[in-house]
Amino acid sequence: MTTILAMPATRPVKVTQLRVITSEWTKLRSLRSTVWTLLIGITLMIGIGALITAVNASQYHTFNAANRAAFTAIGSSLAGVTFAQLAFGVLGVLVISGEYSTGMIRSSLTAVPARLPVLWAKLAVFAAVVFTLSLTASFTSFSIGQAILSGHHLSVSLTAPGAVRSVVGAAGYLTLAGMIGVAIGALLRNSAGGISAFVGTFFVIPPLTMLLPDSVSNHLIQYLPSNAGASMYDGATRLTSALSPTAGTAVLAVYTVVLIAAAASRLQRRDA
Amino acid sequence: MIEVEHVSKTYGEKVAVEDLSFVVHPGIVTGFLGPNGAGKSTTMRMIAGLDHPTSGRIRVSGTSYRASSAPMGELGMLLEAKSIHTGRSARNHLLALAQTNGIGRRRVEEVIDMVGLGDAAGKRVGGFSLGMGQRLGVASALLGDPKVVVLDEPINGLDPEGVLWIRNLLTGLAAEGRTVFVSSHLMSEMAQTATRLVVVGRGRLIADTTVEEFIARATGNTVTVRTASSVELTRLLLATGVTVTTGTEPDVLYVEGLTAEQIGTTAWHASIPIFELTPQLASLEDAFMKLTHDSVEYRARDLTTAVAA
Repeated sequence: MTTILAMPATRPVKVTQLRVITSEWTKLRSLRSTVWTLLIGITLMIGIGALITAVNASQYHTFNAANRAAFTAIGSSLAGVTFAQLAFGVLGVLVISGEYSTGMIRSSLTAVPARLPVLWAKLAVFAAVVFTLSLTASFTSFSIGQAILSGHHLSVSLTAPGAVRSVVGAAGYLTLAGMIGVAIGALLRNSAGGISAFVGTFFVIPPLTMLLPDSVSNHLIQYLPSNAGASMYDGATRLTSALSPTAGTAVLAVYTVVLIAAAASRLQRRDA
Repeated sequence: MIEVEHVSKTYGEKVAVEDLSFVVHPGIVTGFLGPNGAGKSTTMRMIAGLDHPTSGRIRVSGTSYRASSAPMGELGMLLEAKSIHTGRSARNHLLALAQTNGIGRRRVEEVIDMVGLGDAAGKRVGGFSLGMGQRLGVASALLGDPKVVVLDEPINGLDPEGVLWIRNLLTGLAAEGRTVFVSSHLMSEMAQTATRLVVVGRGRLIADTTVEEFIARATGNTVTVRTASSVELTRLLLATGVTVTTGTEPDVLYVEGLTAEQIGTTAWHASIPIFELTPQLASLEDAFMKLTHDSVEYRARDLTTAVAA
């Protein structure tokens, strides 16, 4: 045993943000659960969007005035977003809480003791993957939905006002919601707690606000993350005072940034 | 080199480490001993920058590890078992760690061969035995060809062949001029591998010394004497600082405070025949038990003198 560590001196050993991103990409694609969750998200998005649109198309002639007013061809074809966000949000939480529950975070932060590059890389890889996949799913949903609606003369084309914006907006919304999941995972460091917090924020609180008197809820509920985001993909048509797509994007982006900042601060300051 | 300077760490009310100072030098294997809960893992986590000292500071090769730009070339760390995502294969785990520091796939394959993971490298870590998990942990510690190697209980769960491998690996790494710091609760293992010892008890430093000195210090100078005239010899030997205790057999005495030479000379002058005269050499295990036991007692009475001693 003359030389234990004969290291080929090809590249200098050094941490760069790009290298940490490469590492996080390896981590993401090398877990079977990640791949499955992403597939489930896409399937829910396309499948449920098509299902809801098929029901809407066949039942449109029975709709009352309120339901007809709330129906849009774009929003209906993208209705799967609500279900896809569950998969992507849970994945966002698991991307980081899974490292805490297995102890992997200690290995990750020992390799990158500056810590923050790990969070940035996780967010970047996650956002890129989720945006790419959900944009594909969003466009597919739109196409399938309009094909279904065309039989009932309810369809619109991609050149219709707000169509492209909504298709891209759906992907943007899913990406931001997933990033909120990542931030929640980093803040709570616990899979069960993180998933509960995400589900509570996006699925439990919105229906609960219906218990409030209209005079109160009409001023509040459009600012909930899910409702603010829904205006990005023509999904907030049932709200009395929905935000504009731009305002909705901005509100959701503020939530995302604030939570990520809190997650970064906790990661940097607290013991791993 | 690892420099630990007046480091304290408290978790809420609980004091894990208290005013700990020591230096781990390159070129030798330094053992880190202490009973469970003595603060060994906490100290190692602080060396790796995972936990922040409440006060004091730790430097790895002269700087804070958190500020290192080439961390894996600086410090290789085997953390307490289960610091690995169980859903990933060993190869992908190592690759993901290597990529953060720009270490290539070839090096990943090298360390897999080096630790003898071989065919298991493609399997998911969740199905690994404790011993295989340890080998994977050592592989990740060696990835970056680090100047400083810190291993927390590396022989946990290893079979005898694995223990021998770790022993050779540690001495080999030290011979190459690296700083090697290894924690263990198995004193006998440290006696065979380590040159220096840092011993802690209840978060405080008990000893920072060589293995030989450590044993000598804990042994004191107890000498076993077998003689027919035990009563008479006891009378002659007793003086200030000398204690004589009798064993279960009436002709055996245990003398503390005198060397075998002094006892032999005294007996010869009094014409007392001696049948046996044996300086007792404590094993590292005994030495450790004795010193850590004392630290607990001192703690109850007077902390400052215990550390000064």
